[in-house]
Amino acid sequence: MFFLRVYRRHPQFRVGFVDMLGAAPGIAAWGLMTGVAMVKSGMGTLEALTMALLVFAGSSQLAAIPLFIAGAPVWVVLATAFCVNLRFVVFSAHMRTYLMYLPRWQRLVTGYFIADLTYVMFVRCNPMPAVDDDGRLAQMAYLAGNSSINWFSWVSASLLGVALANFIPGAWGLGFAGLLALIGILCSLATSRLRWIAGAVAGAVAVATYALPLKLNILVAIGVAVLVCMALESRPAFSPPVQP
Amino acid sequence: MSLTALIAGWDAFWADSQHNILPTILLMAGVTVLARSFFFISDAEWTLPRWAQRGLQYAPIAALSAVVIPELVMTQGVLVHTPLDARLYGTVAGAAYFFWRKGVGNAVLGTIVCGMAVYLPLHIGLGW
Repeated sequence: MFFLRVYRRHPQFRVGFVDMLGAAPGIAAWGLMTGVAMVKSGMGTLEALTMALLVFAGSSQLAAIPLFIAGAPVWVVLATAFCVNLRFVVFSAHMRTYLMYLPRWQRLVTGYFIADLTYVMFVRCNPMPAVDDDGRLAQMAYLAGNSSINWFSWVSASLLGVALANFIPGAWGLGFAGLLALIGILCSLATSRLRWIAGAVAGAVAVATYALPLKLNILVAIGVAVLVCMALESRPAFSPPVQP
Repeated sequence: MSLTALIAGWDAFWADSQHNILPTILLMAGVTVLARSFFFISDAEWTLPRWAQRGLQYAPIAALSAVVIPELVMTQGVLVHTPLDARLYGTVAGAAYFFWRKGVGNAVLGTIVCGMAVYLPLHIGLGW
């Protein structure tokens, strides 16, 4: 909730902002190519701009477009968007302990801005929910700073991508910068053997189940990786996970 | 909203035609909120079981890996079967930079720059 001054003035706002800053060029390149892809797959400019500005979920935007073109019923579009976003439902279970002290409307606004990298960076920097008011304020300030730059770089680049769609060839592969940003974060999370295993198992399962519809392979991969690691945790060969 | 518009909207919700997709886009933004806030929409008191809290420690890395790995090693749903793929070298270069710097400072930015420096010439220049 970066529009609240109490968060913007907190020192942790800057910490969260700077954490995301390094990944921002990758996010922007990815947003740019998503904007281009929306137009290239046949969306009108007004619709693509509205989508880029409001929906703020790249995979569900790209999944919805073919359905729009095919004239699918609204409920099919919405159900598809939700399924493609199911990993965020998992993240929300994790974020719940941090956010429940807020009034509902603030939780919902905050939740809207929790995209993949924001969630990952937030729990990396704040492994445990704060127990007092100062700590909670600091955590929310971090979240606000982190999500603000993420939102801005994604949305502004998407809008630019829509506007310049006919001048930016998809073949250049600029979107790869977004993947590299994720790879950098992925490396930063691999701080224990079990986390390496979680990453490897999830990657392998996601490839093996790629044929599943609606990006459900991602959900299956998260589930399998978590279960495998929890089963391995109790073995003496694996020390408990080290908090970063 | 007039009754006819309401009926038209209701029809579009179920039927195979969309005269106006802007309202659907607004609803999609609502879906984003619904998914990202799913477990903290209700004010009801409950706490996550201990085992689930433990398991969620692995969710961030698993989620990122599940999103990233298929994008790196697959093309249109099939595993790459040629070493002449610029993504592989870009990934190695980016990750190598990250671990060389031990993740200190803005290593993610360096990961992007190094990875792209290897990827773009191979991809655009050689068509890999």
